Amino acid sequence: MSKMVMTKKGKIADLRSAEEIKAERRKGRTGVYLVVPGMLVLFLFFALPVIVLLSMSLYARPEGAEIGEFVPALEFGNYVTVLSAYWSELVRSFGFALIATVLALLIGYPMAYLVAVRLRQHGLLQGILLVLLIAPFFSSFILRTQAWKQILADEGWVAQTLKLIAVLPADGHLTATPFAVVAGLTYNFLPFMVLPIYANLGRLDTRLLEASGDLYASPMTSFFKVTLPLSAPGVFAGTLLTFIPAAGDYVNAALLGNNRNTTMIGQVIDSRFFKVIDYPGAAALSFILMLSILILVTLYIRRFGTKELM
Amino acid sequence: MKQKIGRWIIPGIGGLAFVYLLVPIAYIFVFSFNDAGRTNLEWRGFTFGNWQNPCGAPAVCESLVNSLQVGVVATIVSTALGTCIAIGLVRYKFRFRKLTDVLIILPLATPEVVLGASLLAQFLNLGWELGYTTIVIAHIVFCMSFVIVTVRARVSSLDPRLEEAAADLYSTPRAAFWKITFPLLVPGIVAAALLSFAMSFDDFIITNFNSGTFQTFPKFIYVAATRGIPAQANVIGSAMFIAALLVVIVGQVMAYRRRKRLAQR
Repeated sequence: MSKMVMTKKGKIADLRSAEEIKAERRKGRTGVYLVVPGMLVLFLFFALPVIVLLSMSLYARPEGAEIGEFVPALEFGNYVTVLSAYWSELVRSFGFALIATVLALLIGYPMAYLVAVRLRQHGLLQGILLVLLIAPFFSSFILRTQAWKQILADEGWVAQTLKLIAVLPADGHLTATPFAVVAGLTYNFLPFMVLPIYANLGRLDTRLLEASGDLYASPMTSFFKVTLPLSAPGVFAGTLLTFIPAAGDYVNAALLGNNRNTTMIGQVIDSRFFKVIDYPGAAALSFILMLSILILVTLYIRRFGTKELM
Repeated sequence: MKQKIGRWIIPGIGGLAFVYLLVPIAYIFVFSFNDAGRTNLEWRGFTFGNWQNPCGAPAVCESLVNSLQVGVVATIVSTALGTCIAIGLVRYKFRFRKLTDVLIILPLATPEVVLGASLLAQFLNLGWELGYTTIVIAHIVFCMSFVIVTVRARVSSLDPRLEEAAADLYSTPRAAFWKITFPLLVPGIVAAALLSFAMSFDDFIITNFNSGTFQTFPKFIYVAATRGIPAQANVIGSAMFIAALLVVIVGQVMAYRRRKRLAQR
């Protein structure tokens, strides 16, 4: 392709004709036209807003100011205030997200394996299950979360049955509990876990499993030594796609939780923005959330990530 | 014997998980036939009334139309801009490579609540009134990164020799792009557009931050959830699900036929 060569003095000589160079330059300009409009949108409405958010998190509220009135300042105390007030909500959000991610992995991996490997010879059934995996993306997730709320409600048959067989105490609840919130998170982000793993397992060469079986590996050993390592990139992508939105979610906590021990950080940010009208506090919390996720994700990528993922 | 039980563990867990995935959808579908009145909380009797008159409850259809309008515009713009970026980044050389990559990946690693809050901060700063325009902008931003990632994977996997072959056959670069490259990219672009539309249509958190009084379908349901969602919302939810099933099935059938056709050659 390239007609550049290194001369003896180490300089790069260009052996292309003038027309060729001109043609390439024109090509280069097309590239700029292609990329600039979209990048401008990303800059104006993603990068700049994050900077605005950062500066807003440092605004101060002057003495005797009206509600919602703030002046630009460098009030780093905002961070201390919100962290000390909402530390537990922040930790809880990450805790819930972590449990939901682990549960989604435990439930999602067998689903992906079933569809991608076990049903490989059964095209029709595989197609049907794949359709069912993708379809929830297109039905309203708030409607589904609300459906869970009604299914698990105190007077619903699930709660009644559990009370009948004494799994649940007579005055117990399923909704308005941390259990319900984590279950909701797991449910809502499950397809995000399954689809990347499915994509990876779909390429799994089953002859490798036969080979390991021939070498006297038990199915269990084959799974942990062959299948799981080969599907690691899918597991990695799935866990990120589940954890990140789950940590910031507040729909599940709002619909399935209560006001005491299920409040997540997203709810706090929302209420500081819209109910309390504390823009600096809300901005500081948002920024803390973003930064902690970025740090966690970076550590996770360093520890488990492979090059081809990024 | 032990082997036999072992064989059923994965289909067993997987099958149960599919039930778990579909229970609420079945619930929504069944309760779309509930003769519910205002609050659709308990079963009161079977009726086709909700399906015959899906706009019967106030604000259901208005919010649906709003969501569709936002979704269509956001999908078209984000797919167009994202596809251009994906092609440009793969095919041309740039100086600020690392920076553009960060700008594309970072929105994917940012939770919705932060995306929503930062855009709100921006709009407050600019003094823009929240409404249709601000929602569309917000949706374009969060859909675009997904489009770029999806289409870019497709562009990188293209065989460059195809375009070279076209050039050898005296095709202009433009003709080679539109006759060879673009048709090969179409499945990826369609997938990205469908994903964008689904995400935009279903988005609540970012919308809630940037919509002001503008009502979208998820917002309507969220607000209605506190006092009872009308059965008509279930009708729309079920209809969307069925429509999505049909779209996905048609896509699968087309992909299957394509594979078969290619295999025959």
